Amino acid sequence: MSAVQLTPKDLKSDQEVRWCPGCGDYAILNATQAALAEIGVPREKMTIISGIGCSSRFPYYMGCYGFHGIHGRAAAIATGTKTANPDLSVWVVTGDGDAMSIGGNHLIHTMRRNVDLKILMFNNQIYGLTKGQYSPTSPAGLKTKTSPFGSVDLPFNPINLALGSGATFVARTVDTNPKHIKSTLLAAAAHKGVAFVEIWQNCVIFNDGAWKDWSTKDARAERTIDLQPGQPLVYGKDNEKGLRISGGEVEVVAAADADVWDPTTAAPLAYVMAYLDEREDLPHALGIFRQHDKPTYDAAVKEQVDALTAKKGKGDLKKLIYTKDAWQVG
Amino acid sequence: MSIAVTRQDDVVIRFAGDSGDGMQITGNQFTDTTALVGNDLATFPDFPAEIRAPAGTRAGVSGFQIRFSSTDIYTAGDIPDVLVAMNAAALIVNYKDVAPGGIIIANTGNFTERDLQKAKLATNPLEDGTLDGYRVIAIDINARVTEALAGSPLTSKDVLRCKNFYVLGLMYWLYSRPLEPTLEWLAAKFAKKQDLADANRTALRAGYNSGDIHEVFQGRYEVVPVENALPGTYRNIMGNHAVALGLVAGAELAGLKLFLGSYPITPATDILQHLAELKEFGVITCQMEDEIAGICTAIGASYAGMLGCTTTSGPGLALKTEAIGLAIMTELPLVIVDVQRAGPSTGLPTKVEQADLLQSLFGRNSDAPLPIIACATPADAFDCAVEACRIAVQYMTPVILLSDNYIANGAEPWRLPEMDKLPHFPAAQVTDPAGYAPYARDGKLARPWAVPGTPGLEHRIGGLEKEHITGNVSHNPENHQLMSELRRDKVLGVRDTIPTPEVSGPREADLLVVGWGSTYGAIRSGTERLRRERNVSVAHLHLRHLWPLANGLDEIFARYKQILVPELNMGQLSRLLQGEYPDHRFLHYGKVKGKPFTAREIREKITAVLEGKS
Ligand code: SF4
Repeated sequence: MSAVQLTPKDLKSDQEVRWCPGCGDYAILNATQAALAEIGVPREKMTIISGIGCSSRFPYYMGCYGFHGIHGRAAAIATGTKTANPDLSVWVVTGDGDAMSIGGNHLIHTMRRNVDLKILMFNNQIYGLTKGQYSPTSPAGLKTKTSPFGSVDLPFNPINLALGSGATFVARTVDTNPKHIKSTLLAAAAHKGVAFVEIWQNCVIFNDGAWKDWSTKDARAERTIDLQPGQPLVYGKDNEKGLRISGGEVEVVAAADADVWDPTTAAPLAYVMAYLDEREDLPHALGIFRQHDKPTYDAAVKEQVDALTAKKGKGDLKKLIYTKDAWQVG
Repeated sequence: MSIAVTRQDDVVIRFAGDSGDGMQITGNQFTDTTALVGNDLATFPDFPAEIRAPAGTRAGVSGFQIRFSSTDIYTAGDIPDVLVAMNAAALIVNYKDVAPGGIIIANTGNFTERDLQKAKLATNPLEDGTLDGYRVIAIDINARVTEALAGSPLTSKDVLRCKNFYVLGLMYWLYSRPLEPTLEWLAAKFAKKQDLADANRTALRAGYNSGDIHEVFQGRYEVVPVENALPGTYRNIMGNHAVALGLVAGAELAGLKLFLGSYPITPATDILQHLAELKEFGVITCQMEDEIAGICTAIGASYAGMLGCTTTSGPGLALKTEAIGLAIMTELPLVIVDVQRAGPSTGLPTKVEQADLLQSLFGRNSDAPLPIIACATPADAFDCAVEACRIAVQYMTPVILLSDNYIANGAEPWRLPEMDKLPHFPAAQVTDPAGYAPYARDGKLARPWAVPGTPGLEHRIGGLEKEHITGNVSHNPENHQLMSELRRDKVLGVRDTIPTPEVSGPREADLLVVGWGSTYGAIRSGTERLRRERNVSVAHLHLRHLWPLANGLDEIFARYKQILVPELNMGQLSRLLQGEYPDHRFLHYGKVKGKPFTAREIREKITAVLEGKS
């Protein structure tokens, strides 16, 4: 693929962007346009495929090919598109309800197959388009229109689900940090295989501040840690604190004693980082949890077709129909 | 000693045994050999409902019926002339269907006390008078096979598993068929297992020779080849296989590569299996996580420029419903194959019914029209699959192709198409940005197909209502009305490219029998015979296109005093026709027993209607 240089403007469509003012989706859209402009893929080879929900209106605002699908099915549609033409750069945009509730089956199977898709899951812990019902990532106890006395559902941990499904690239970013979104998406684009990126997103109308304990600038420094390949596990305003994993436990240490993060490791450390979400005393992890190299589904399908075609010769319809056991009459 | 050979024109044999007895293989071998002899034929496999019903029980009985003839035939026959019963359960389940005076060959080796118990029989039907009036040939096939294979390195259990080839040999002798095709098949099948190949060959020959040696039969029969068969090249084909070949051909005739997104479901799975073999045709098959993913990948592949296709049966079609609506809204080509089976919910998965017509027509939210075609016979399934591809590509629309269990697993000789006479319908994928609009329309009202990867045509589609021409999302009331009408009219426009079907029989008559799908054979042979033998004033109209209905049907209906619509359902085509042609009266004749119509049932119904008794 020749190196193509685009500007974010090239990736804007002529459609007016219509999310609620203050919605986290705007920042994600801008950062995505900035990232995709730099991945070296021409516009016509980029395809954005979405499901249903606020986030799924994303394709209309992108100046490339786009397919706004049906609820939960974006990953399946995208699997067909990518497998039919592996030359395309195919991005799935979905939300927590779309991907993890109605589309849960497609999501886990797409990840285990390692289809070379980039899946961006906007997690706002709420159903926004239908105006505020609890979602499969809402914390237990959340009061919504359908859980007026608090939700009794226990939520998914999206990162754990992705890791457990065998996704080869698993990352998390947040709508309040466009630079981090961009670098995360660039890493996802560079990964050959499925990339699952959870994006903490604020729904200003129906679940405002769901992430505020971790997502504001100050909170980020103290309460999140950025997992970056080859970088030490440090956090804090001045990166003064560090994490060390020993005996399956995570302990806070001085920055100098922190472990160095390696998302390519076969050791189950990514799961440990995902479980930080359940710890009040430890930072929640952002960044790249896992980055493994495995054969991709779309390439494997194509390889079989190519190999069999090379071995048997291009299929001849007449020979397929006129078989040896045919007989002649008259 | 020579045994007289009598000529017969038309024979029906039913092989029945335990699921483990290899009756389907026996039936298929007899079928392939019979095809090579040059008879016309039709088959009807009857699988047990339970996968592993206990051996020897009635629930575990597997059957295979073949009818072969010196003349053209349309069905697998109503009444077996010969029943081969490999055990007591197979006998008791099947003997009542046999023609009076017909031959019943029973394997006495499997009529022990225990076998009778498993078949829930208090007394042995071979001895208690049950079979009075039949010509019973009782042979201990277990013992004969064991004798024939004395000295074989196989275990005694494996030796007994060769008994189906012994029976096959015996039937080859009885109907004067050559052994060579099966001997060759065995050699290829067991190329790496010489012991098995040898044992089955020996069993086959022993069965054949026993006809001469043991004088169990008073005579042999022969069924000579069809004389006036249409000249051409023929092969034997089953319906699911024909659909697979038709889809490959259809894609090639459209200049596209085929993509199949599917999920295993009885009785459609064979299509996925056949297509998975054909990688060298560029066919991509994806076995997905569920029915919905099956169709959604196909839609995604069509979006990317392949010919997307999905295969399923009724319950799967129900699951695909919403995605079909998406394909209608995004106006992408897509072929949906529904191999119908019996009953709502899981129903009777291995039995036949044609009750998904109304689901195909109306089973979606809102007004969501699409073309529907149905195949009549296994060979017709090839042409119908090609036709489904043509309509999908030319009209940028999903198309439902209806087959059913009877067609899927039934076989018949297929007169192969002349390759240069197959229709060509190259898909027009646009590349020129000048004047491009995603929802502009051509003379057929089809929108242009612009696939990702084409520079300058970047656009967005989706399930939200589209603005006419631009394809932008639109909530405009007038636009929704217009787009709904355009979707309807586009599909109705398909009738401009389909022929008015031809009536078989008199141009005007007392009764017209209208059918669709796999009832074709029973209706055709029932009506022909009534005309031939009793000069009954009856004609047959078969509908391949169920939506839109062809032009000219109204004029046809007007020429007949009464119209009868037999269907394997509770009234679906009859309801459709009654709504579309309210000036005529359509009399429904339904059957929902998981079994096809017999020609006799059709004849009796016609007679009753004409006598004013129904
Ligand atoms: S409802 Fe919430 S998620 Fe949806 S656009 Fe408005 S703020 Fe954004």
